[in-house]
Amino acid sequence: MLARRTTDEVLQCEFLQIRAKLIEVAAAMDRVERAEGSLEDPRWSAFQAAIEALQDAGADRAEQLQLLFSRPYSAPWRQQLGVPK
Amino acid sequence: MYYLDPHIHMVSRTTDDYELLAKMGCVGVSEPAFWAGYDRGSVDGFRDYFEQLTRFEPTRAAAYQIQHFTWLCINAKEAENVALAREVIALIPEFLDRPGVLGIGEIGLNKNTRNEATVFLEHLDLAMRTDEQILIHTPHLEDKYQGTRMILDMLADDSRIDRGRVLVDHVEEHTIGHVLDEGFWAGMTLYPVSKCTPARAADMVERYGTERLLVNSAGDWGPSKPTAVPDFILEMRRRGHAESAIRQLVYDNPLQFFSQSRAFAFHPPEITETSQV
Repeated sequence: MLARRTTDEVLQCEFLQIRAKLIEVAAAMDRVERAEGSLEDPRWSAFQAAIEALQDAGADRAEQLQLLFSRPYSAPWRQQLGVPK
Repeated sequence: MYYLDPHIHMVSRTTDDYELLAKMGCVGVSEPAFWAGYDRGSVDGFRDYFEQLTRFEPTRAAAYQIQHFTWLCINAKEAENVALAREVIALIPEFLDRPGVLGIGEIGLNKNTRNEATVFLEHLDLAMRTDEQILIHTPHLEDKYQGTRMILDMLADDSRIDRGRVLVDHVEEHTIGHVLDEGFWAGMTLYPVSKCTPARAADMVERYGTERLLVNSAGDWGPSKPTAVPDFILEMRRRGHAESAIRQLVYDNPLQFFSQSRAFAFHPPEITETSQV
């Protein structure tokens, strides 16, 4: 029921959109660096970590970036917050 | 293609939007109770809001041949006020038997606090005592993963819950697997910046299949696109997916999920081989 496309088909369809999005990210990072102030900022560090993660092979980059930008889950949260089970 | 939007806040949209939705094939909307953009001051504010959801909005929708259904709750943002939340939870049963009320929602977490969790649990208890379906909001952005896991923990703790009658909404790449693996329905919300795009939603369909998956716009008073579901339909067609698969996601699945509510009296449009499906 769900179609499967080849690598060439996906790139044929989306190359220009992906290119545009990458340039958008590059321009945004340039904007940050041109601004006055320090880059010693956890948000900037998060961007650097995200860019590194993009270079990993695999088909779960989006999921990995989501987790990079997420607060961690702690299993004993009920005890920590005082919420009864 | 006829479709339903399982999560859209029509109280915040104009009748121009109803007209546009109708022209794009929308035949039904499901509207959860949500935040007004400010914290309401009293339980009477919620009484008036529930009146609007259950009486006025269905009438407004019907003028455009759209069937309107709704859910009731106090949303996660206002749940920090536990005293007010308890007044609202006590009020909800007065409205549960009105036509078109599908259940309790959109309950959930916002910043994943103790008070929010407390109010979420009390909503769950109400839903179980009144045998209602549940529609759940998962937090935005950096709070989503943590909050979704906490929500799934609380759902797992209650043995009364029928997982097939619960929709966990606003899933994204890092939460969809957890929700589906636990046996719940998952909703993908196509909303700028803070949530998903049609392309990413199509990616998740390709990874996880079409079972127990819904697509919605969550159109509200912020920058949002009430026609996001047709955008998703177009994306899926561009990728060559079968009409039957697309229809399952945007029409059959919503009907299957909502049909579990006793107040879901949906009148399907006439569909013939040669007409729009």
